[in-house]
Amino acid sequence: MTNISKDTLWMSGNEAIALGAWEAGVKVASGYPGTPSTEIMENLSTYEGVYTEWAPNEKVGLEVAIGASFAGVRALATMKHVGVNVAADPLFTSSYTGVCGGLVLVTADDPEMHSSQNEQDNRNYAFAAKVPMFEPSDPMEAKEMLKAAFTLSEELDTPVMFRITTRVAHVKGVVARGGKMASHASCGISKVPAKLVMLPSIAKKRREVVEERMAKCRELVETTPFNKIEAGDTRRGFITSGVSYLYVKEAFPEAAVLKLGICWPLPEQLIREFAASVDELFIIEELDPFLETHIKAMGISTHGKDLIPSIGELNTAIVRNAIDPGAARELFAPIELPPRPPNMCAGCPHRGIFFNLSRMKVFVSGDIGCYTLGFLPPLSAMDACVCMGASVPIAHGMAKALGEEAHNKIVSVIGDSTFVHSGITGLINTVYNNSASTLIILDNRITAMTGQQPNPASGMTIKGEPAHALDLEALCRAVGVKHVYVVNPHEVVETRRVLKEAVELNEPSVVIARAPCVLLPEMKLRKSVSYLTDQEEDNCVGCMSCIRLGCPAISWTAFEEGEAERLGYKKDQKGVSKIDENICNDCGQCASLCKFNAITRKEE
Amino acid sequence: MESTGNILFSGVGGQGILLASEITAYSLLLAGYDAKKSEVHGMAQRGGSVTAQLRYGKKVWSPLIEPGCADIQVAFEMMEAVRYITSLHKGSTVIVNTQRILPPAVATGQTAYPEKILDHLTAVGVRVVQVDAFDLAREVGEARTANVVMVGALSVFLPVAAAIYEEVIATRVPERFRDVNLKAFRAGRKAGSMEV
Repeated sequence: MTNISKDTLWMSGNEAIALGAWEAGVKVASGYPGTPSTEIMENLSTYEGVYTEWAPNEKVGLEVAIGASFAGVRALATMKHVGVNVAADPLFTSSYTGVCGGLVLVTADDPEMHSSQNEQDNRNYAFAAKVPMFEPSDPMEAKEMLKAAFTLSEELDTPVMFRITTRVAHVKGVVARGGKMASHASCGISKVPAKLVMLPSIAKKRREVVEERMAKCRELVETTPFNKIEAGDTRRGFITSGVSYLYVKEAFPEAAVLKLGICWPLPEQLIREFAASVDELFIIEELDPFLETHIKAMGISTHGKDLIPSIGELNTAIVRNAIDPGAARELFAPIELPPRPPNMCAGCPHRGIFFNLSRMKVFVSGDIGCYTLGFLPPLSAMDACVCMGASVPIAHGMAKALGEEAHNKIVSVIGDSTFVHSGITGLINTVYNNSASTLIILDNRITAMTGQQPNPASGMTIKGEPAHALDLEALCRAVGVKHVYVVNPHEVVETRRVLKEAVELNEPSVVIARAPCVLLPEMKLRKSVSYLTDQEEDNCVGCMSCIRLGCPAISWTAFEEGEAERLGYKKDQKGVSKIDENICNDCGQCASLCKFNAITRKEE
Repeated sequence: MESTGNILFSGVGGQGILLASEITAYSLLLAGYDAKKSEVHGMAQRGGSVTAQLRYGKKVWSPLIEPGCADIQVAFEMMEAVRYITSLHKGSTVIVNTQRILPPAVATGQTAYPEKILDHLTAVGVRVVQVDAFDLAREVGEARTANVVMVGALSVFLPVAAAIYEEVIATRVPERFRDVNLKAFRAGRKAGSMEV
């Protein structure tokens, strides 16, 4: 965040939500990192007077926030869209209990799947869980709406969902500072079992309260300033919410617009009034026909997904061209270029593991994290990836389906943070129901993909304070795994030996591959020495063993006709490997693979 | 300025695109414009092709540049100057750092780095401004300031006084790197000016 003037700031949607939470007087916040939500908690952790933490998973994060709300303080839970699936259980029942202090759940959806495994539309959760949902369009609105969400939560005695998307979370804009709010809730222990103990007899009564509350909310959204008609040319009228509103304003600046800042429940009277005032009605929304379905159910005729795509992000051009096909711009033809996909970093400990797996003829049941990049060539060593923690039960399920045939052929791979998130229960199942699959835990001490957030195995809190570090070996043994190995994945050859031994066993085994992420601050600060190919004499025979690691520091230089001989290599050598010492990160995996002693550490 | 200006930054994850787009955005804000900037985090940052989109004007609605509407592209790598050609229009200016970073398929010898790649841009009426930012950065004493050299070259094409950028750089960069970054900015601005 940066000051522009005394009253205005330049900040991202996520930074604005953190500021909004602070201005709203949030006392406790918990969540699990996940793009595009991560920076909310990271930023909030820098404010005074608010307790923040990373929970092991989103269900725990929301439950912590529910507990804080029950104690009467304002509480926030943050997560990415798929995290809400994990947290859905407490979400649906906290809808029945309601709140004491205001409770807001931020869901950061990722249309276009920039960094996600699916692009589910979490507005459906507000409908299904029977809770109100706010949907801001930009950082400024995000901050103001978050504060209003806490007020609404306390006013209606309900958790409130708050949906952002990548183009709100990671967009920077101008945000006005605001004052700190006071909460009407009172802090303390209050025993109200008729509100908080959800066993059937009580839940049945609370079920009715939920309906009364949503009826009250439906009245309230008719007049809230966040739902507003912007007068304009009524030949075309647009109903829209979230970032789609901005695309509508840019594509059709003169048109009449009904902007829904609260996308659930819907203001039926306001919608009817607007629909009646325009000649032709269009609903512009990303992903599912959420508004469209519910508005059509009111008996209102409208355009929507007949014109607007339901896959991926929208933008101004998509909206304009869908409605005015004649307005489409002619674009330059794309030029075919070698692709530049993301890659594991130079020195990444995961690379050695996936190199070994790529040569072991095993089915690799993968998981969510940087290591999912092990799927890409030249390693191509991941055969399935579904969701957080799924690697372990999927391997077990395959082993049960295949019986003897699965012996030494199925391996699951999971990161330390993902294992703690939801891999542990899968491992307990593997042991309890006895399949001989091998689990590799890639223990780099941090939640790396989302930008190095600490987790329960890291030994520190979100603020960098010391914390108990989960002992993964002891945990695996405690759940009944008899064969637990620890390897250094940079020692590629030794790691292969251990992996082969583990997969041959007829009982469950765990291999913990332990080496720190190279992006950790302490790893960046260390004096990194480069490995090189051509010190003194070049022993490289062009076998390409090191090239097959796919390390960004290693490149192949092909020889021209006669060049090999001229440079003193064998006549038929095709080329040589070179290491870029500016990129090399000192892991030595390539050196441990080279059989010709052609790669040595610079100081040697 | 009534219409919205569109600046696309492109390059390879780790080249300092974020800081360059931040300095530019903040300079535009101090010059009195509204601005919005969009970027993608997470998976996209692991050494892959990366973009940031910056829009400025009297009032900016959408955070995304429409296809065919980028007025200026600042490309930190040659191939990444051409990858987003569908964002450009006739008369767009592409300021390109003439550096090559090999993508995996080239580094592993499966394919070659395309030759005369910038010709694709000039052929369709896009103006190309070449800056050897890496070399200029080394000349001022710090190779890692190549991104600020690019900001300097870009500054020539934007309606913001040089003094504003220098003020922003002075406040946004840690003190011990301040002078070298200011030198990098001026070197880039000089290189850009020669092309106007």
